[in-house]
Amino acid sequence: MAEPMKIRATLQGDTADVRILMRHPMETGTRKTASGVVPLHFIQSVIVTHNGKTVLDAQWSQAISRDPFLGLRVKGAKLGDKINVTWTDNKGDKRSDEVAVSAGT
Amino acid sequence: MKDLRRNFLKLAGGAGAMAVTVAAGLLKPGSAWAAPWNKTAFESKASADAIKNLGAAELVESKDITITAPDIAENGAIVPVAVTSKIPNTQNISIIAEKNPFPLAASFDISAGGDAYVSTRVKMGQTSDVRAVVKAGGKFYTAVKEVKVTVGGCG
Repeated sequence: MAEPMKIRATLQGDTADVRILMRHPMETGTRKTASGVVPLHFIQSVIVTHNGKTVLDAQWSQAISRDPFLGLRVKGAKLGDKINVTWTDNKGDKRSDEVAVSAGT
Repeated sequence: MKDLRRNFLKLAGGAGAMAVTVAAGLLKPGSAWAAPWNKTAFESKASADAIKNLGAAELVESKDITITAPDIAENGAIVPVAVTSKIPNTQNISIIAEKNPFPLAASFDISAGGDAYVSTRVKMGQTSDVRAVVKAGGKFYTAVKEVKVTVGGCG
């Protein structure tokens, strides 16, 4: 149901620079349309793991922008390491995507 | 009778949602224990309450926290904010847009030894201070940066 994320993980020295772009409406629950108020719908939790070990556990509110962006750095990463991202929204929808760390430019 | 049915449906719906939440919790054994969503902090309407509900009784201003955000944001719906903490053992970074209806925007738990840097984009209703609250070694540190918003991004 949820659309795939775009994840890029590039190696810079021994640190992976991870950039994640999620697809989500992130409704604040206050936006009005002709048919009434659009209900609250936003990503509440994002978990980033590096080879299965959690590196970042984020809790979000509806104040994060639509189609959220998240950037982080993962220390001690090597080429081919797995970076997995899972988000869960307030309606219980979730999406998980994984990439391998690639060489930086 | 009709009312009764409504209520019953509501109850059933509520229970269903609970079951989903519980199942979601049980479905990831082995992974690190994820903290439940901090409802009280996220639903605080004043930034002081939000900070208190994050567990911070006392905040120390710190120059080791860098907030990277524009001085002027033309579009309040997309304000890029990045926070870097040079404080050793940074455990958590929270981002607060002080004049938003619900000031706490995000709270990031950083695992031990992780790089204390996060970058995201937040919505801001109006010109206000963006505050970063960093938890390190059980203490709370903070830094502020003002962002002027031309067009608000709430609603």
